[in-house]
Amino acid sequence: MFTWANFVSQMFNGLALGALLALISSGLTIIYGTLGVLNLAHGAMFMLGGYAGYVAFEATGSYIVAVAAGTLFLLVVGIVMERVVIRHFYGRPHEDQLLVTFGLGIVFVEVVRFFFSSLTKTVPAPPMMSGITSLGFMFYPTYRLAVVGIVAVALIVLYIVLYRTKLGMIVRAGIEDSLMVDSLGIDVYKVFMVVFGIGAMAAGFAGIVNAPVVSLTPDVGEAILVQTFVVVVIGGVGSFPGAVLGGLIAGEIISITSMIDPGYAYVMLFAAMTLVLLLRPHGLLGVRGRE
Amino acid sequence: MTQRVHSNALSRRGLLQASTALAGASLATPFLALPALAEDHPAIGTYPAGSSGSSVFVGITCPRTGTYAVQGEDEIKGCELAIEHINSGHPLIKAISPKTTKGVLGKEVKYGIADDGAKPNSAVQNISRFITENKAVVFTGGTSSAVAVALNKLAQREKVLFMTSISGSNDTTGKDCVRYGFRECFYGQTAAAGVGPVLLKAFGKGKKAAYLTPDYTYGHTVQKSMEEYLNKNGGWTTATNQVAPLGAPDYSSYLLNIANSGADFLLNINWGHDAVLSTQQAKQFGVLGKQKLVIPYQTPFLAREVGAELTEGVYAATDFWWTLEDKYPLAKMFVEAFDKKYGYKPEWGANACYLQFAFWANAVETAGTFYPPSVIKVLESGAKLQSTVGEVHFRPEDHQLVRPVVIVRGKKPADMKNKEDFWEVLEVLPGEPLMQKPDAFGCKLGETT
Repeated sequence: MFTWANFVSQMFNGLALGALLALISSGLTIIYGTLGVLNLAHGAMFMLGGYAGYVAFEATGSYIVAVAAGTLFLLVVGIVMERVVIRHFYGRPHEDQLLVTFGLGIVFVEVVRFFFSSLTKTVPAPPMMSGITSLGFMFYPTYRLAVVGIVAVALIVLYIVLYRTKLGMIVRAGIEDSLMVDSLGIDVYKVFMVVFGIGAMAAGFAGIVNAPVVSLTPDVGEAILVQTFVVVVIGGVGSFPGAVLGGLIAGEIISITSMIDPGYAYVMLFAAMTLVLLLRPHGLLGVRGRE
Repeated sequence: MTQRVHSNALSRRGLLQASTALAGASLATPFLALPALAEDHPAIGTYPAGSSGSSVFVGITCPRTGTYAVQGEDEIKGCELAIEHINSGHPLIKAISPKTTKGVLGKEVKYGIADDGAKPNSAVQNISRFITENKAVVFTGGTSSAVAVALNKLAQREKVLFMTSISGSNDTTGKDCVRYGFRECFYGQTAAAGVGPVLLKAFGKGKKAAYLTPDYTYGHTVQKSMEEYLNKNGGWTTATNQVAPLGAPDYSSYLLNIANSGADFLLNINWGHDAVLSTQQAKQFGVLGKQKLVIPYQTPFLAREVGAELTEGVYAATDFWWTLEDKYPLAKMFVEAFDKKYGYKPEWGANACYLQFAFWANAVETAGTFYPPSVIKVLESGAKLQSTVGEVHFRPEDHQLVRPVVIVRGKKPADMKNKEDFWEVLEVLPGEPLMQKPDAFGCKLGETT
């Protein structure tokens, strides 16, 4: 259904959708890039962030407290998970890492289902961000507009941490060559723990920020996880700018395709990923040879 | 995959009574030419291995995860209540299956439950295991029509009875119908024929409709049936049909297309959590302010999950709503027993599952044997069955239950008499005049043996 009004609306929606995908994917790509662990529990951690925020919101009625709770809870979950489980898997084959994170993901989902059932839980948008805003060419949910801003700020903060601090420098060096970082006398395992915590925190933050948009169920992370992998593959594994670019591209592909034929939105997304894998296997902004 | 096996104590008296019933039934129904002893039947499917002991096993596959998990849990509760009632000889079961004493033909009913996440391949694996390992004599499953269609094929191949739980696609008792499968709930075409006239009466002719359709057999057939009815009888036009994958994580792009389509009505065909999310997001995008929401086939728990503010004034066709207890005595018994055990009013999936096991128990008791061809003959006889929605019967040509279609409208929050009083029953329409001819969707049942 092509009209210019719809085209502009969908372009904009692709941007908003892409911003969210970029935020969720950045946590996954940082962890994979630094630790070499493909965290299949990332979707479940996104979900946990949402539920932690939901509990905090039910208790306090404050959106800010909910966001803080969702984010900090996942920082703790990430650190505990790294200390107790993940660190024992650094030296083991990728298959083991996949299995253990996949298993943890199932445990997280089923624990939440046990306590909260599968019924949808809703965290409403804060009053000042609810309702609909007219952009001239279309009406758009105010909260989704706010999310674009929130995500932009979060990504800038992540950028500063990664590119303007000593910790960020070590993390980026770890992404390139963790053995060398270790040889230089830096406790690379401590860095790994912090990185896993930050990655988990990014997932938790995305989970609670997304909660008013997607409505929470224990399975909410499942579909998100698949999209996140597509984003990371398109953008380039381990590349933070790649996650942002990949997110925006994925958002636009879903939106623009659905304008022409919605049945093909996800087909085109996977087709794009296949194309990138064929033409540029290390992703658009990834570095050749990086795991 | 989770599995549980439950059992109640075997009733010796029930066994004796059933043995008598077995002999009696075979004498009383000479047209079925039933021999008095089960051993006289040739082995078929899980017969006689599945029913040679003191208990029989029934297999249940349901989504306990994924987009249909909430509905799946409700169905499981309906199944469990039916089995409990069968084993204890509860008055409600006796009202539907008069020959039931305790158990089925005196045999205790045991069961297993497995999660399929609404995925056809998982459902087929679950039931295959119940058939090979537990010698299941009957099984249920569905929720997604894609699952129901896959299980239809399994039932026909394995020659084990399949009493479909929830399935709204025209195909289940249409082009994909089988001799071994029976469906209780009505389907897309009947829903359209039921709710269509109500919509035309309420809103008039010549309107523009936007459809939001899940991309599988249920979505496509319900959308097509609604579109055909409204366009043909009301001169409505289709502004857009947005097809989304099952379990879509976000509906924004579809909703923008709908918002820009100039439609007067949004017909949301999504089901399960997809219906919840797409309806909530339609509200967020302001679509519901400009377009009137219609839900052709009501989703269990939708009103509880999105809130009465969003379902207020929404028209829907449904299989069962608990306030039918005011009209049907058996519905009252069912709602009371269910509420007492589980603490909430049953939705229509629970009702469907309860009835399906009750109908199966009645058919086995009437046949006097678990031998599937004999049980099928009883179900195909078209005999009147008592139910929570009055008298019903299975159509022999396509194994579809002929049953009423309930038309409901969402109540205003202020008009709700209690926290579960979401829908007002407007009409209970007799099903037969609404249904298409049995062969209209190309049903060929296949062989019994």
